[in-house]
Amino acid sequence: MSALEGPRRAAPKSSFFNDPVIRGRIYQALVLGIVALALFFVANNTAENLARQNKTTGFDFFFSTAGFDIFFTLIPYSRASYYWEAFLVGLLNTLLVSVLGIIFATIIGFIVGIARLSRNWIISTLAAIYVETLRNVPLLLMLFFWYFAVLKAMPSVRESIIFFDSIAINNRGINIPMPIFDNLFYLVVIGFFVAVGAVIALRRWARLRLEKTGQRFPVLTTALAILIFIPGVAWMVSGTNVELDIPQLGGFNFRGGINLPPEFTALLVGISTYTAAFIAETVRAGILAVNRGQTEAAQSLGLRDNDRLRLVVIPQAMRVIIPPMTNQYLNLLKNSSLAAAIGYPELVSVFMGTTLNQTGRAVEVVFITMMVYLTFSLLTSALMNWYNRRVALVER
Amino acid sequence: MKTLMLTAVAGAVLLGATASHAATLDDVKKKGFVQCGVTGGVPGFSAPDASNNWSGLEVDYCKAMAAAIFDDPTKVRYTPLTSTERFAALSSGEIDVLSRTTTWTMSRDTTLGIVFAGTMFYDGQGFMVRKADNIASAKDLSGAAICIESGTTTELNAADYFAANKMDYKPVVFVDQDEVVKAFQDGRCDVYTTDSSALAAERSKFGKPDDYVILPEIISKEPLGPSVRVGDDTWFKFARWVYYVILEAEELGVTKANVEEMKKSDNPSIKRLLGVEGDFGTPLGLDKEWAYKIIKHLGNYGEMYDTHVGPKTPIGLERGLNALWKDGGIQYAMPVR
Repeated sequence: MSALEGPRRAAPKSSFFNDPVIRGRIYQALVLGIVALALFFVANNTAENLARQNKTTGFDFFFSTAGFDIFFTLIPYSRASYYWEAFLVGLLNTLLVSVLGIIFATIIGFIVGIARLSRNWIISTLAAIYVETLRNVPLLLMLFFWYFAVLKAMPSVRESIIFFDSIAINNRGINIPMPIFDNLFYLVVIGFFVAVGAVIALRRWARLRLEKTGQRFPVLTTALAILIFIPGVAWMVSGTNVELDIPQLGGFNFRGGINLPPEFTALLVGISTYTAAFIAETVRAGILAVNRGQTEAAQSLGLRDNDRLRLVVIPQAMRVIIPPMTNQYLNLLKNSSLAAAIGYPELVSVFMGTTLNQTGRAVEVVFITMMVYLTFSLLTSALMNWYNRRVALVER
Repeated sequence: MKTLMLTAVAGAVLLGATASHAATLDDVKKKGFVQCGVTGGVPGFSAPDASNNWSGLEVDYCKAMAAAIFDDPTKVRYTPLTSTERFAALSSGEIDVLSRTTTWTMSRDTTLGIVFAGTMFYDGQGFMVRKADNIASAKDLSGAAICIESGTTTELNAADYFAANKMDYKPVVFVDQDEVVKAFQDGRCDVYTTDSSALAAERSKFGKPDDYVILPEIISKEPLGPSVRVGDDTWFKFARWVYYVILEAEELGVTKANVEEMKKSDNPSIKRLLGVEGDFGTPLGLDKEWAYKIIKHLGNYGEMYDTHVGPKTPIGLERGLNALWKDGGIQYAMPVR
């Protein structure tokens, strides 16, 4: 009989439009077409509108002289520099404050998050107050607070608060001494890297020994000793000489040393403490997510307190902590753009503010700025995703 | 934040309907008001009072436009703009005219899709410092921290001036003028720099104006004037002639008080200005009494000047360059004929 012959027949032939495969393809093609049309419409409209507005357009402005100054730069920059250099200055300032912000926010966040779980009532309440206050006030307000309120409380230049005759704090910022290295200092740097290498080797050796013999080796203290000893010897032997450029009062402000302007400090403090409040909650959630039975199981295996945290609790907590943490890092990066309001020369201030206005290339400048934030956000999340995969539970 | 506005403008450029801006006057007549871009509040030029009534020399210019079109100077709506938003707001059609202490420069006139119609105020950039600092001259400012508003000619002039005089300085740049002034008052900067008229205006708002001095140096030319979009010649000519007729009225002695009498004057120039003889309104799309309506509601340029920024106001600016050409200034109107 025909029904028994050969392999199983395909589903009974239905009409062309009812075939789910063909239907699926048609829907996909339709959606793709609509998206492409929308993109084309936007691009075409932009070009047409710009032409109608009789504006000069294009990206050639990048190579003309900027003509304005920036007071806080990581690379050499002057009014004679090009716009792309101004762009770079803004970009680096954004990255500087974001990277430092992420580091500080993570440290504060972990401390507060763990403090909230403390059995000590005062510590846990203080941590709760911190979290509830900081995460419930808009960041822009907090930046204004840190900038204007704190700035007002600072003394004028002539009445600066001075520590150890070398650090001066006033309403123009914090002036700290800058070490000036002579050309032998590289030996100390090499010594430091050698020490780091030695510490890594030591750790591996100690672990192998622990696994083989069950004997522990005091890694931490030895590592510290190595880190101090090797660069120290390099310093002595090379005879390098480090001088300090100490800020001196001259004219309107202190000259020499490193000046951390109040805009930078206010932004860094504001953005780190704000994001830390969110990170603290994430950390708390992560630790609470680890079943109490895990701790008990580790105890019954005879693991020491440190090892229990390091080998059992934290790895499992990290799986919960990392994904929301990525969100917080992305928020911090994007929030740094609020700095334009308090005069810190980051990307939005320098590029979308001054550059846009001096060149009038609104569409180009806004587009580039968006691309920059998009790129850095994607990079950050790629990095965090990679880390997340590393700490993820390995299922066998 | 103010960035929102900018994003909105950028969005309007990207997605905006393809409405034509060719006939601004018709659009204005249809919607019933002039949309005027102003500052967030510079006393004497454009500032709102407690009940949100705007006034100032540059506001009067917008009111003059409304008076000419609608015979009613109140038919103006105001859009406060930061200096970074202003040009995009004009070129994208958010506003009909930009009258916002804006310096007429070549690059702005040629690349931004806008065109300047006149100079309501000849200004120059100056420096304000604290009296207690005992600074006598701008040449003593080496190493100073200077508060500046972002995206202004001020920012560029300061860079030029300090480079030319081989001095260093720290520009502390804010998007919003309010933050600039606040930071200066809080002692973040030694110097506040902007157009000297605006310095005088801001100082009048300070708690103790006498604690601050404006240095004698004027380091730039800052002709401040209204601008309109490129591509609508009729609207541009209207904008330009609003400026000329208020100057012409002052030159001919026509004031808000005597304009009715002046209509009976025998002077042919006055007759032409007030529409008694000839018709100068129709080519602009208006009636022949358009200039008369401006004077009737707002007075001539000199009256506007004295009301808002003149010596008897808290801002107290002498006419100087802004006097009429026959009084030693450079304000000069093309003849109405």
